[in-house]
Amino acid sequence: MSSRLPQGGRLIDRSTRMAFTFNGTPMTGFRGDTLASALLANGQRLMGRSFKYHRPRGVVTSGAEEPNALVNLGRGDRLEPNQRATTTPLFDGLTARSQNHWPSLEYDIGEVNVALSRFLPAGFYYKTFIHPRVAWKHVFEPFIRQSAGLGKAPKKPDPDRYEHFYAHVDVVIAGAGMAGLQAALVAGRAGLNVLLCEQEGHAGGRLPVDGGMADADGWIEGTVAALAAMPNVTMRLNTQVSGVYDHGYVLAYERIADDAPGSDAPRHRLWRIRARHVIAATGALERPLSFAGNDKPGVMLASALRDYIVNYGVSAGDRTVIVTNNDDAYRTALAIKAAGLDVPCIVDARPEVTGDLPARARAAGIEVKTGMGIAEVRGRKGVTGVRLCRQAGSGVPVEEVACDAVAMSGGWSPVVHLWSHCGGKLTWDDAGAFFRPDHARPPTNQDGAGFVTCLGAADGALVTQDALSNADAMARQVVGALGVKPAAADLPETDSVAEAPLMPVWVMPHGAGPKKRAKMWLDFQNDVKVSDVQLAAQEGFESVEHTKRYTTLGMATDQGKLSNINGLAILAEARGAAIPDVGTTTFRPPYTPISMGAIAGEARGEIFQPLRRTPIHDWHAGRGAYWEPVGYWRRPYCFPQEDESHADAVAREIDATRNGVGLLDASTLGKIIVKGPDAGRFMDMLYTNMMSSLKPGRCRYGLMCNENGFLMDDGVVARLNDDTFLVHTTTGGADHVHAHMEDWLQCEWWDWQVFTANVTEAWAQIAVVGPKARTVLEKLGTGIDLSAEGLPFMAWAEGRIGGFDARVFRISFSGELSFEVAVPASQGLAFWEALMEAGGEFGITPYGTEALHVMRAEKGFIMIGDETDGTVIPQDLGLDWAISKKKDDYLGKRAHERSHMTDPERWKLVGLETVDGSVLPDGSYAIAEGENANGQRNTQGRVTSTYYSPTLGKGIAMGLVLNGPDRMGEVLTFNTTEVPERGGPPKTIEAQIVSPVFYDPEGEKQNV
Amino acid sequence: MLIFTCPYCGIAAEETELTPGGEAHLKRYGPGSSDDDFEEYLFLRPNAKGVHFERWRHSHGCGKWFLAARDTATLEVFGTYSAQTTEPPAEIVTAIRAKRPDWSPA
Amino acid sequence: MSEKAVSALAGSAFEGDVKVTEAGLQGMVTLKADLGAAAVADAIAAVCGAGVPEARRITTGKAMQVAWMAPDEVLILCPHDRADSVVADLGKALEGVHHLTVNVSEARAVFTVTGEAGVLKDTLSKLTPADMAALAPGEMRRTRLAQVAAAIWFEEAGTARVICFRSVARYVFDLLSTAARPGGKVGYHR
Repeated sequence: MSSRLPQGGRLIDRSTRMAFTFNGTPMTGFRGDTLASALLANGQRLMGRSFKYHRPRGVVTSGAEEPNALVNLGRGDRLEPNQRATTTPLFDGLTARSQNHWPSLEYDIGEVNVALSRFLPAGFYYKTFIHPRVAWKHVFEPFIRQSAGLGKAPKKPDPDRYEHFYAHVDVVIAGAGMAGLQAALVAGRAGLNVLLCEQEGHAGGRLPVDGGMADADGWIEGTVAALAAMPNVTMRLNTQVSGVYDHGYVLAYERIADDAPGSDAPRHRLWRIRARHVIAATGALERPLSFAGNDKPGVMLASALRDYIVNYGVSAGDRTVIVTNNDDAYRTALAIKAAGLDVPCIVDARPEVTGDLPARARAAGIEVKTGMGIAEVRGRKGVTGVRLCRQAGSGVPVEEVACDAVAMSGGWSPVVHLWSHCGGKLTWDDAGAFFRPDHARPPTNQDGAGFVTCLGAADGALVTQDALSNADAMARQVVGALGVKPAAADLPETDSVAEAPLMPVWVMPHGAGPKKRAKMWLDFQNDVKVSDVQLAAQEGFESVEHTKRYTTLGMATDQGKLSNINGLAILAEARGAAIPDVGTTTFRPPYTPISMGAIAGEARGEIFQPLRRTPIHDWHAGRGAYWEPVGYWRRPYCFPQEDESHADAVAREIDATRNGVGLLDASTLGKIIVKGPDAGRFMDMLYTNMMSSLKPGRCRYGLMCNENGFLMDDGVVARLNDDTFLVHTTTGGADHVHAHMEDWLQCEWWDWQVFTANVTEAWAQIAVVGPKARTVLEKLGTGIDLSAEGLPFMAWAEGRIGGFDARVFRISFSGELSFEVAVPASQGLAFWEALMEAGGEFGITPYGTEALHVMRAEKGFIMIGDETDGTVIPQDLGLDWAISKKKDDYLGKRAHERSHMTDPERWKLVGLETVDGSVLPDGSYAIAEGENANGQRNTQGRVTSTYYSPTLGKGIAMGLVLNGPDRMGEVLTFNTTEVPERGGPPKTIEAQIVSPVFYDPEGEKQNV
Repeated sequence: MLIFTCPYCGIAAEETELTPGGEAHLKRYGPGSSDDDFEEYLFLRPNAKGVHFERWRHSHGCGKWFLAARDTATLEVFGTYSAQTTEPPAEIVTAIRAKRPDWSPA
Repeated sequence: MSEKAVSALAGSAFEGDVKVTEAGLQGMVTLKADLGAAAVADAIAAVCGAGVPEARRITTGKAMQVAWMAPDEVLILCPHDRADSVVADLGKALEGVHHLTVNVSEARAVFTVTGEAGVLKDTLSKLTPADMAALAPGEMRRTRLAQVAAAIWFEEAGTARVICFRSVARYVFDLLSTAARPGGKVGYHR
């Protein structure tokens, strides 16, 4: 059983106790513990259940690569699933629950025993759930849904805050272990701007645990202090470089307040770094060995076992058997001995073991069994012993050793993720049996130069002295490549021990049969075993990427950090290929999962996205406006009073406007100034109609097409003076129309003398609409002659109204007498309020976008985005009158000549009126005879706008219909989404083709 | 995430400050052009793997369109230059040739 | 009519790790013209009392500043009630020269952000991809703050000015206030 040792633990503070609970049981740990070390200290080795078989699992590692010890952390709105106990710092009040079990961690009725697991082999889902077809919906899918997913999703909004932070550096260094610290010294002393990120809460990495330097802690402390004294170097702890992207873009994930829920600090901060160079001093990860029962609680990586002893003063068991294929694991044996606990034996697969470390182990009285392996681990929820066998054989037990923990080491793999994220290639190292960076094929940046360097253990230099020299030399290279002369940086003395080569061991024992191979776990979290990968190979999965997806090897939350190389080796062996020929799967960012909150950063709640407000926005809000989002703007859809429905509010607003006076906040409409000697010529290119002939003081409606000929925007153009036009665009069109203008001016007609300016937001624009509109404006007092003669329809004037600086445009989108008055934005609210006051006696009524839409539809005016959808040309909408025949060219003219555009069969705009007066469903299709090749009904038209018209007391609609304008009076049948009666025909609705102008076709009302 | 240096204001802007605009150096065909020419102008793009000339607008900056020569496979940027030109300038061609000796302008 | 004029947020302020203040009404005039032309330089000198700024720089004149926005565009910062006369004066001075002047005071909002120099740069760096360490006083950086366009410059270490469009003034104010919220100091810039 695991326990806290009487002394030791360089990272814990035994004077500060922390209370926490696991599955509701109160426990205590020390400041500096991780959740995993604290659980072990409390004798809790069982920490979770596996995903597929719900097998009992203990912690395997001491770091970011942990596959088993995943917990639901926190509760309520701070519940977060799949948190690795090994990287969760302990804090007072922490609550954790284990995952994937029911009803409890100890007794899980879903546990699949080994006998049953043969029915759940690789590709089980693909094979099992095919037949019978009907079973999918009622049996298989509910079952899979029930068991799908890891942990529990939180049900409440995250109460914490998160943020981003942009940093621009010469060098970002991932990892403040020995290599990273040395690299930071070299780069820092050379004067480069350095950001050193360490995922753990302390610098030094494995050095103090693994030894190799007499005063490791002293050197680490001194180096950290030296770096802190350099103004050009920043070190961040608890910050993991999680991804490397194109052109030196790097993401780092800083955990600030995980251990202080409810504090003022942002919980996580996502660093968005631009670096000229990335140094990956990310070390190496130990690999498990594949032997039967290697997933039982108590079987751990050898390095993790000594981490717990040295760093946290925690032992994984009283009697630990070491099983290894290399010298490094002997360090664990020595650490256990030093802690006063037993190592009954070291099981070394190598036939001969002669190195310095084994010699020390033997000197300490530990028996070394060479050429041996583990045939089987005894015990169900925890190790009780191991049966040993000859590694060269098939697994016949030769002896049994009682123990309560097993420390395994299959060698080490450099952490090359950051090298690979952006395309760096790997090469196979035969001696170390791992992939390491191929220096000849680095990831390249915008200059075509390599911009990532792995150094130290991450470059495959695993022995302390080698790693240090490698780090120093590689860092000097980086500094030189950045154009700086590296300064002399002294290397510390090491006392590292030479290590004998490892012997690759992919299956233990070598000749293990199928029964044993089905108990050898490769991917602990996803329950992928040696037998699964072999089965996949047998079934013809040759590509490593396919095998990965078929077996789910490496697809768990640890992304194959432990299983990758072992799995590849098994696949290679099964295929009879060499490992480098099988290749490796692609490492993708992030290195470990990062929180959604960190990705979102500040973008949540009120500032999730920019919300654009007109100068009158707050007034609308104060009057209970029901909002309609239009782009990033919020526009009032209507202003419901008390318990009025939206439909009633719209009807009231229309009625008031058509019979009295209404007010519309039209500030969102785009306003662009086009000025210069060539402005007229440019306007003629932008619009389909002639704009250069427009007289100053006058307005003209125009259509804008893209070069494809499709309508992109429409609006009223006012000519301000000889060389200046004011272009009004739709609300959504302002920015892209301005960009469109600049595109043509900068990239095609750069010799034309035209300047543009987007002044949309400089003006508050208010439409004063209705029979009383003129009266209200005149009541405010104005020097502008607003009479029908003084300011006729489609004219504009400038002057003062009610003391405001104003431009008045006599234009109408409702068919009523209408003045659009623009005042400087800073005066917009005051002007609106003045109008409301002046119009009070006439029942002046603010109206929203829905009333605007209904009134324009009653008049048969098109709306960009309703009647157009990016495939509609002006000719489809009966707007031929707005297409100049005189102009040689305009944007879209050539496209309008294409055969498809001149096809007489194009659907054209008409009005539609239901036979029964109801409202046609939006988007419904007019049905035609027969079916198409897919067995669908043929169609002959569709509804583009449809409303209830309170003015006319019936439904009105516009639509595009085949030969529509030639078929006036014809009745068409439209489909609906209404559910038909049982066995009955689909519900349809009939509508007659009519003129799209439903109201005041002569325009008498707007011309008064 | 890409970085381009705007030739107008000299800022090395990241992709989020820019707006892409597709292939550069298209010749506009207007009224009177053949169907083939118009189709080519409007729709046909070589979508090259390798050297590519393209349009970018420094939209969260000086607002100017500029052109860039870039390798679409390695994302190496050979240079950025004025949009007021109908073909890549000599220094850009030289810069590309220095890195891609086999490449020649179409 | 200026007594009825209000800036987008009427001088709202937030005090956290740095102080964020909406600067109130600020006169702003866009001038588009060939900045290399002598007539344009003369007009700017005559009306603003300032030289034509180099790329990205700001020049200072009599109660006015001239900021380089693009190779053919400057932004003139002047008292709010002077903007119309600046437009008129420039128009007169540039008669016959192709140019565009327009009063954009109403289209924008301006913020003043003050605090300890490093903390100020840290706060802005939570929102903008532009390198705040490299931005010297007197240089204007047009970039983005989170999701909207903005121009940022330091009047001196510890005092930044931010211009954005008027419609997103509340968004930018909320962004800056969130970034400045106590508890989130980064300690990166010095």
